[in-house]
Amino acid sequence: MKTHHNPSNQTETNQSTTTNKPSLMTKLKGSQKRQKYIFVYTCLLLPILFYLGIRILPTLFTFNVGFRDWNLLSSDAAPFVGMDNYVALFQDEVFIRSIFNTILYIALGVTGQLMFGIIVALLLHKINRFVGLFRVIYFIPYVTSIVAISWVFQWILMGNGIINDLFVKIGIPPQPFLNSPDQAIYVIIAAMIWQSIGFQMVLFLAGLENIPEMLYEAADIDGATPWQKFWRVTVPLLNPTIVFSAVIGTINFIQISFTQVVNMSVDGSGGPLNSTLSIVVYIYQLAFRQFDMGLASAATVILFLFILGLTLFQMKVLTKKFDY
Amino acid sequence: MKRSKLWPYLLLIIGAVVMVFPFVWMLSTSLKAPMDIFNLNIIPESPTLENYKHIFEESLFLRWFLNSIIIAIITTISVLFFDTLVGYIIAKFSFVGRTVLFIMILSTLMVPTEMLIIPWYMMSSDFGWTDTYWGILFPGLMTGFGVFLMRQFMEKIPDDLINAARIDGMNEFAIFFKVAIPQVWPAISALGIFTFLSNWNAFLWPLIVIESSGLRTLPVGLSFFSSGEAESKWHLIMTGATISVIPLILVFILLQRHIIKGITLTGMK
Repeated sequence: MKTHHNPSNQTETNQSTTTNKPSLMTKLKGSQKRQKYIFVYTCLLLPILFYLGIRILPTLFTFNVGFRDWNLLSSDAAPFVGMDNYVALFQDEVFIRSIFNTILYIALGVTGQLMFGIIVALLLHKINRFVGLFRVIYFIPYVTSIVAISWVFQWILMGNGIINDLFVKIGIPPQPFLNSPDQAIYVIIAAMIWQSIGFQMVLFLAGLENIPEMLYEAADIDGATPWQKFWRVTVPLLNPTIVFSAVIGTINFIQISFTQVVNMSVDGSGGPLNSTLSIVVYIYQLAFRQFDMGLASAATVILFLFILGLTLFQMKVLTKKFDY
Repeated sequence: MKRSKLWPYLLLIIGAVVMVFPFVWMLSTSLKAPMDIFNLNIIPESPTLENYKHIFEESLFLRWFLNSIIIAIITTISVLFFDTLVGYIIAKFSFVGRTVLFIMILSTLMVPTEMLIIPWYMMSSDFGWTDTYWGILFPGLMTGFGVFLMRQFMEKIPDDLINAARIDGMNEFAIFFKVAIPQVWPAISALGIFTFLSNWNAFLWPLIVIESSGLRTLPVGLSFFSSGEAESKWHLIMTGATISVIPLILVFILLQRHIIKGITLTGMK
């Protein structure tokens, strides 16, 4: 394209094209435009229906039901009761317990998986043989069925299972693990961490590979210890990965906590004594055991606000500006 | 010097044992006769395939397995097609309502699935979708995450490439399939793998929407099997677990390069 052109010249060429073949050009342009519009709106028809009908309206519906007294078993009418469901939930000891448990699941579980993920990634970054093999081994739990693995852990950790057998052999008294209201939640958290180390490891490995070697060399010249290098170079440069991992890890954790708790807790519903009950498990019980849709909907709204707040909090706290 | 080279290997090997041991113990128990399972040898003294025979003959595992495969494949195809198409349209076309549509789709990302199960359940009972394949499938046919991801990748395709195809007289569908899709192939395969995995593992929704045992997916089937008919028969439970775990491990080992690349690709966005 020429940058300096004669304006009169340009109008001349324009005129000549319009006089020479005006109909063809405009026709082509017009039909192409029409074709584009037809394409766009035809293709968007089903997605728009889907997002409206299966995502957006149901979300609004849940907000609405949360303000109603609606039990599928008792009555057809669902009177508007304002904040009653929310008040009832916050006076419900079991619900409060499930919130605290969920916070514990996230606080320990997400921190644990980030920590182990970074450690494994750093170790893999240090070695130069068998990296591929180790990566596969650490990643395998992530692709396997949570239900299957939960039952395997139940079997391993049974009263007369292999871990307790090992404990007895080395002189530690056998532990109740999943049968103990004090231990069960930690056992489940450990299983959840075990399953997600591989995922975090892959994210952190990619993050580590993006850190220029030069920065470590510069730190060496300045006489930095390995510990200083880790906190001053590695961690700040991995920051975007850490934020992403924490946010994704939290959302995943809240969802898989249901599968894991249902399949690992002794009674299949958050026991013993509700010690492993998570919010999602409690919502399931309210909705599909007691059929109290009003209470359950209100609880999901609280869960929604909880996740939203947590995500914003994580993004704010974890995203720090570093000066290089 | 030598010591500092060896300790990472040592730590990694200890970790690897922790990672692998549950699978070894699962497999080992599944090969033992019922009276041998509390005999805590890792290698069974007299290995037997009796448990596998029992499971395939007496339970619906094969059926659940097929259900899971069918559902995961249909969902994955649908997600790949629609998410890629919508991502492409939002990235490459300007039309009335584009921003509104994109915001609408992004906003669905913030809503956890748990918030939707109650209305989905009501819908399913009203429309007669409970206890059908469609009932299991319909919530997952498109995902906001996929649209978001594909839009990011589609935006990088040069407009000139698409316009050149238009001048050559290709129709819009052909441009989408033959020009746009080949440019974002790595992202598509990553999205495909994730969608397949998450549907294969889905538990909460299938548990709610399915009533008859023949329609259960593998995770739901295994859960009912382990707490019901096989209660405390650990040799059978571990056999069921092995059947649900091994095929995916094999597929993963075959596709591991793609899977790991996929996580890196989507994770770094």
